[in-house]
Amino acid sequence: MSGIARRLYRGEIDVDFVGRKKLWYGLSAALLVISIAGLVLHGLNLGVEFKGGSVFSFKAPTANIEQVRSTVSDAGPHQVIVQTTNNGWQVTTESMPPEEVTTVQKALASKFGVPQNQVNLQVIGASWGGQVADKAIIGLIVFMLAIILYLTVAFEWKMALGAIVALLHDLVITAGVYAWSGFEVTPATLLGFLTILGYSLYDAVVVFDMIKEVTAKLGTTSKTTYTQAANNALNHTLIRSLNTTLVAILPVAAILFIGTTLFGAGTLKDLSLALFVGMIVGTYSSLCVATPLLVTLKEREPRYQAIARRLASHGGKAATAVKSPRQPVTAGAANGVVSDADKRNKKK
Amino acid sequence: MGGVMFLNRAFTPEYGLDLAGGTTVTLRPITPNGSAPTDESLNLAVGIIRNRVNGSGISDAEVAKSGDNIVISVPGVGQEEVVKLVGTTAELRFRQVLAVAAGSPPPPGQLPTEAPTPSASPTATGKQTSKAPRPSQSATSSPTASPAGRGLSSALTNPSPGATPAPSDRPGKKADQNGAGKNTTGKDATPSAKPSQSTAPTAPADDPMAGVDTTGIDPAVLKQFQTLDCAKHKGQGAQDDPAKQFVACSQDGSAKYVLDKAAVTGSSIDTANSGVDPTTGEWLVQLSFKGQGPDQWSKVTTTAFNSQAPRNQVAMVLDGVVISAPVIQEPIPGGRAQISGNFTQVTADELASQLKFGALPLKFEKSSINEVSSTLGADQLRGGLIAGAIGLALVLIYSMLYYRGLGIVSVLSLVVATVLTYEAVVLLSEFAGFRLSLSHIIGLIVSIGITADSFIVYFERIRDEMKEGRRSLRTAVEVAWVRARRTILIADAVMFIAAVVLYFLAVGGVAGFAFAMGLTTLIDIAVVFMFTKPFVALLAKRKFFAKGHKLSGLDAERMSQSPTGSTTVPQEA
Repeated sequence: MSGIARRLYRGEIDVDFVGRKKLWYGLSAALLVISIAGLVLHGLNLGVEFKGGSVFSFKAPTANIEQVRSTVSDAGPHQVIVQTTNNGWQVTTESMPPEEVTTVQKALASKFGVPQNQVNLQVIGASWGGQVADKAIIGLIVFMLAIILYLTVAFEWKMALGAIVALLHDLVITAGVYAWSGFEVTPATLLGFLTILGYSLYDAVVVFDMIKEVTAKLGTTSKTTYTQAANNALNHTLIRSLNTTLVAILPVAAILFIGTTLFGAGTLKDLSLALFVGMIVGTYSSLCVATPLLVTLKEREPRYQAIARRLASHGGKAATAVKSPRQPVTAGAANGVVSDADKRNKKK
Repeated sequence: MGGVMFLNRAFTPEYGLDLAGGTTVTLRPITPNGSAPTDESLNLAVGIIRNRVNGSGISDAEVAKSGDNIVISVPGVGQEEVVKLVGTTAELRFRQVLAVAAGSPPPPGQLPTEAPTPSASPTATGKQTSKAPRPSQSATSSPTASPAGRGLSSALTNPSPGATPAPSDRPGKKADQNGAGKNTTGKDATPSAKPSQSTAPTAPADDPMAGVDTTGIDPAVLKQFQTLDCAKHKGQGAQDDPAKQFVACSQDGSAKYVLDKAAVTGSSIDTANSGVDPTTGEWLVQLSFKGQGPDQWSKVTTTAFNSQAPRNQVAMVLDGVVISAPVIQEPIPGGRAQISGNFTQVTADELASQLKFGALPLKFEKSSINEVSSTLGADQLRGGLIAGAIGLALVLIYSMLYYRGLGIVSVLSLVVATVLTYEAVVLLSEFAGFRLSLSHIIGLIVSIGITADSFIVYFERIRDEMKEGRRSLRTAVEVAWVRARRTILIADAVMFIAAVVLYFLAVGGVAGFAFAMGLTTLIDIAVVFMFTKPFVALLAKRKFFAKGHKLSGLDAERMSQSPTGSTTVPQEA
């Protein structure tokens, strides 16, 4: 065992996450812009449950489910749910213009030898529209407030802010992936989004817990700045973050793989794609968005500014205190803070 | 839990609509005058029916509009009782309150003697205080105009704000009331009002039975009232017969009522609006009656007003639930009324729309009942299960490779968590109507990750302790636990808050999903505390682990201080 694998196994990794925050912020900003553009330009491909749709029902005792499905989807609609009823078949599709409806009716009639007027059409409203979606949004807002409150009490408001920003970041990017890929948004997808919500916060909370523990030891004689300490905490939980993500994502990847390769479109794919993207983005954001944001906020506090200033004036010592391969970047960041503080002092 | 499962001979969960198929009922609404129902009234009906079939949000039922019809899909086939339940009419009715008690029986031996005091009214804050002087005022004036049957002593000894038996048909008294801040906004017909969120009327409630004036209450109804527990049964969908006395719970289940025959029905309501009182800035609901409504309303308010608390309240019952029960402060002729007190814009709007659409009694006719197969097909379910199994296998392989001996702990912990989850799901479908849908299955598979994270956090902490080179494995296991425990609890609390908020604020599938998520979180905590940690502590005593065998996952190579020391968290000396 050698190289990266060995270092991973032994937990010896040191990446300067916080020092490269400009890179992460840039990357995130680009992803957000692309996602929002996708949402604006393409919009989400909402499923039958959100928009309502057309329901065809007819009798065809000899048909099988695959024949019915392919007959309907060949005629145009791409959201096709086939169900048997006690007296025949029931096919639900998205809402269609009248001429397309006629095409589907004709196709079914000719394929299964039913008179066209016996292929019944019913237009059905959204079962997940209105009340359900509205309440989900209210729930989401209350949830975020509750989480902010909880994190403010358990940690502090700066951490709550960092976690919520990362959360919104994850949701927008995942929604963006849906917009660009054109994957259908079904109730299952929505539940996937809600899972991401919990997962993204969970990850940030574990990382913050470690940062809190490590930075609690920073005193006036400290040899590390808040930035460096937070970065160390991140590296400390890095193995856990990677392992957790891997363990959580393996089953999802399996579902996504099976859902896309073996069965084509379906609930499995809808849900697992949201989870797959959301989990990757969630892990990324707790390391590269939530934490740098927190550090930016914390370094503005006088006590951490003081540490940064003192260490900057003994630049050499600070560099040896933390054996970080990315020392120049970290020192640079610390210097930046110092000059900020100096400016403020001069104003006084 | 396994024992309970065994005793109930329930070994498989009930499946939801997408996995098991179900019964689809199409309802056609019938309006009194045969016109097409408005969109708003249909939406209200959809909301009412959704509450009836999926009130707890875990039964995976769906309700959709289809043109003017309403289509309801309920998991399972042959759901006769559901068909019956959703087809009943939901109409608003006004009924005089005859008796009130707390929604659930108090624990035995504890008499709720505090009930008659004003302080027992939890929601009437502020408003109540401003009214504080009024009971004495009424007490002094009441003897003169007190009708027969209302005892003076009661008026004096029971000075709760709800019990304001003041005769206000005298002009002087009315002026007093207006002066006291109950501005009538210049309406011709003096609106009556009293703050009354549904819990407020609990104030005048006496000891459940002893103090209740049972005169005029049908003994059968009274018996029903005594046994009714609102915590268990909220009565939604139990449509009331307007010609009979009726027992109902308040919307939040905190109070239960015996109600007189319906005095006014919803079809007599002309309109209802929410608005702000220009003088006090309070939200209120105004309603007006039509047809026979004004007369009936005037009659019931007069009767109520001349009665002693709690009979001075008129309850509004929608779909078997008391949505509001304001105290009548004066007889209200003219067919216009105003309800005020502790409303927010949202609650005022909600009550106004309930009142408004109560005016449109939507009756339903069953136009078709179909049994449908699952929407997913067996292939998707099989795919999901295969994928889950593959995913789980990958997780097991990975944790064995990475954590070696400790991997066994995580594997066994996951097995325990899986068994517990399965049992919980089975029991919930047996007792609480939980229906497992594919979304739940995926949610549970995903929770593998969250559950595994607890172990990973703990294992990494143990390794940290060992790396710092200060501790033997046995102490490391204990010290690491203290630190990991906090992280696990904080992180799980976040998940649990998410689940609780979503469960109570969302409807339909989201609530069911939140329910599954909350359940998994609790199981995770139980497994980590009661299985993983003791198991690791036990293993730490074995030579294989304590001596750091190559395959134990705690061997010297992994535990050694790294040469650069870069991963050691800097600590102040």
